[in-house]
Amino acid sequence: MRHIISLLMENEAGALSRVAGLFSARGYNIESLTVAPTEDPTLSRMTLVTVDSDDVVEQITKQLNKLIEVVKVVDLSDGVHIERELMLVKVRAVDKGREEIKRMVDIFRGRIIDVTDTSYTIELTGTGSKLDAFLDTIERSTILETVRTGASGIGRGERILKA
Amino acid sequence: MDTELTGAEITIRCLQEEGVDYIFGYPGGAVLYIYDELFKQDKVKHVLVRHEQAAVHAADGYARSSTKVGVALVTSGPGVTNAVTGIATAYMDSIPLVIISGQVPTHAIGLDAFQEVDTVGITRPCVKHNFLVKDIAELATTIKKAFYIASTGRPGPVLVDIPKDVSQQKTAFAYPESVAMRSYHPITKGHAGQIKKAAQLILDAKRPMIYAGGGVILSNAAMQLTELVRMLGFPCTNTLMGLGGFPATDKHSVGMLGMHGTYEANMAMQHCDVLIAIGARFDDRVIGNPKHFSNEERKIIHIDIDPSSISKRVKVDVPIVGSVSEVLVELIKLLKTRKERPDQIALKAWWTQVDLWRARDCLKYDRASAIIKPQMVVEKLYQATKGNAFITSDVGQHQMWAAQFYKFDKPRRWINSGGLGTMGFGLPAAMGVQFANPRGSVACITGEASIQMCIQELSTCKQYGLPLKIVNLNNRYMGMVRQWQEFFHGNRYAESYMNALPDFVKLAESYGHVGMKIEQPGDIEGALKEAFKLKDRLVFMDFITDQTENVFPMIPGGKGLSEMILV
Ligand SMILES: Cc1cc2nc3c(=O)[nH]c(=O)nc-3n(C[C@H](O)[C@H](O)[C@H](O)COP(=O)(O)OP(=O)(O)OC[C@H]3O[C@@H](n4cnc5c(N)ncnc54)[C@H](O)[C@@H]3O)c2cc1C
Ligand SMILES: Cc1ncc(C[n+]2csc(CCOP(=O)(O)OP(=O)(O)O)c2C)c(N)n1
Ligand SMILES: [Mg+2]
Repeated sequence: MRHIISLLMENEAGALSRVAGLFSARGYNIESLTVAPTEDPTLSRMTLVTVDSDDVVEQITKQLNKLIEVVKVVDLSDGVHIERELMLVKVRAVDKGREEIKRMVDIFRGRIIDVTDTSYTIELTGTGSKLDAFLDTIERSTILETVRTGASGIGRGERILKA
Repeated sequence: MDTELTGAEITIRCLQEEGVDYIFGYPGGAVLYIYDELFKQDKVKHVLVRHEQAAVHAADGYARSSTKVGVALVTSGPGVTNAVTGIATAYMDSIPLVIISGQVPTHAIGLDAFQEVDTVGITRPCVKHNFLVKDIAELATTIKKAFYIASTGRPGPVLVDIPKDVSQQKTAFAYPESVAMRSYHPITKGHAGQIKKAAQLILDAKRPMIYAGGGVILSNAAMQLTELVRMLGFPCTNTLMGLGGFPATDKHSVGMLGMHGTYEANMAMQHCDVLIAIGARFDDRVIGNPKHFSNEERKIIHIDIDPSSISKRVKVDVPIVGSVSEVLVELIKLLKTRKERPDQIALKAWWTQVDLWRARDCLKYDRASAIIKPQMVVEKLYQATKGNAFITSDVGQHQMWAAQFYKFDKPRRWINSGGLGTMGFGLPAAMGVQFANPRGSVACITGEASIQMCIQELSTCKQYGLPLKIVNLNNRYMGMVRQWQEFFHGNRYAESYMNALPDFVKLAESYGHVGMKIEQPGDIEGALKEAFKLKDRLVFMDFITDQTENVFPMIPGGKGLSEMILV
């Protein structure tokens, strides 16, 4: 099953490599990983997506908790949560195609953030599957480049993760 | 007045504040300022080893045989890489160590400087935690944290990497009295509700079994475990790491379990209805294939301080996170307040069964053999030392015979590398044990292959006058490897014969020690007596043993606990 794990850790050099090292050393797979400092600059917030059995994911959260620099870990998939991912896509946009792409971007509530005579750069946020759907909708051969951040997650309502 | 101290002085002051009496190390460019400060004081005594691996093993033996943190000091680059085997050894067995390593100056880091390695990166997977101290203002708190992290929770090695310029710079020194880390709070007190559930399972058990591991020793809980076992009258088995956690000569002891455990211990594990696992981690050498050992056939209680040890290989029914000592105190208290006792008739029937398994006499060997049987050497060593010695070992068949035939009644007397299985551990570990226990008898049971992996330490032993007794079970083979080749690889003894062995007697003598070669079973006892009479000399006893002897029982890899090969 797909799990989305959220963690707070000390914003210190090397903390990220401990998490990444843990996954490679123990053979856990990482589908995506995002990390950035929080409003408290001493803390970083990380979101990890992994697909594994519940037993393995239980081990993953225990092992993450064991890392000295990790302050809190929560498996967001245990409850209701929101997740979002940002994607930047550069597509070839010429002739009639320009209109067609613009229309699709509007339908997916994306934005065109850079334009040249022959290309558009599109910004799109949403769940991973929405971003996938967008890519499936536009003509494959027009895609020049995609950049995705991987999922960021947060609990719904009152559910918060604080140090 | 200049009250500022250099980083090197601060490092030594911190060690003094922590009450460190011995550190084991080897100098080099990046730690020269620290060595200079060591030289100027005499509270922290430095032991000069002959290889950094040995420094860490010695600190490790020191820690295992005392209740203190072991400390090692090594230089950057090759000093650190040499130390890695020692660090990984301590990590796998959860031994509290602080390793201080020198690093190239901060401004040179990342430039492929002379003797630079990414120490934090190289050691990351085999330490509990590590630090690179880039700012001298952080040095004292970092060392404080290192000792705290190493010795609390599930213990482990912690490395502090100190760049040369940091050891040279100056700052005001104050040793912090305590550490507060928002991200590290080991739990020691068990959950009351879970302890209650455990007590109920224990009282309802018909075929109970206690399985105690290294966590009992690490938690200094041998007394509590002994009280619990005797109070309940249950059979108790110990892992290789747990030997001495419960007295081996007690009638409730069924010996070690696992791959080379006793028939009775393994059968009782397989057939029990309630298993109480205490500070043990269901290792693959212990329960074999977990498919053959589930909690469907038995209820499992598991006490462990590390949540990640629980339900890792085997799902358990009643997990209790906490230190063995605190949880057992609570459990014993609770059981004492309860009026019910476990079903005594069922327990008696269970013991009858266990005793039948015991009667199989799985450790028997040919006592009349004309060639020395290694088991006999260990038995005679046990008698000669009245079971009171500290025994270190290397890795191989000799290690298993030591575990099977030396009866450990006390904790911290059996010092071996279980998790990593590091050949070369025995001799340097014995040095650390002797420093921690200057009046204790210390023997190292080893093999002719293992001893050669850190043989250079005979020189260290001479320098410090360590009167170790080395018991070399010389079978001219990497016996454990040969045994597997005999059983599973059609007797093809690929590269397991030990050719071109040195004359160990002369070798010992050349280092200034006493050497003995023993070739007749009748001479074992006399040799041991004589060796232990030489109270202030290291004696290297080279026992020429039966080359064909195998360790039994044996559970082949991937098999279940009841699928033992017996003699
Ligand atoms: C050649 C060879 C053969 C071997 N054969 C066998 C064999 O036949 N039988 C055998 O048993 N082993 C054998 N081993 C050793 C084996 O590999 C493991 O090292 C060993 O079984 C692990 O012991 P343990 O489960 O007691 O765990 P340890 O490694 O001692 O771990 C201790 C456990 O206790 C926990 N703990 C630590 N401190 C505390 C505390 N204060 N409170 C509570 N819990 C705590 C830890 O979290 C951990 O889970 C062999 C090794 C070698 C090299
Ligand atoms: C550093 C290291 N290398 C290799 C091994 C694999 N190994 C395990 S036991 C063994 C043979 C040990 O031989 P010896 O010390 O003579 O002991 P014996 O088994 O003969 O008693 C080997 C090579 C190991 N455990 N450690
Ligand atoms: Mg041998």
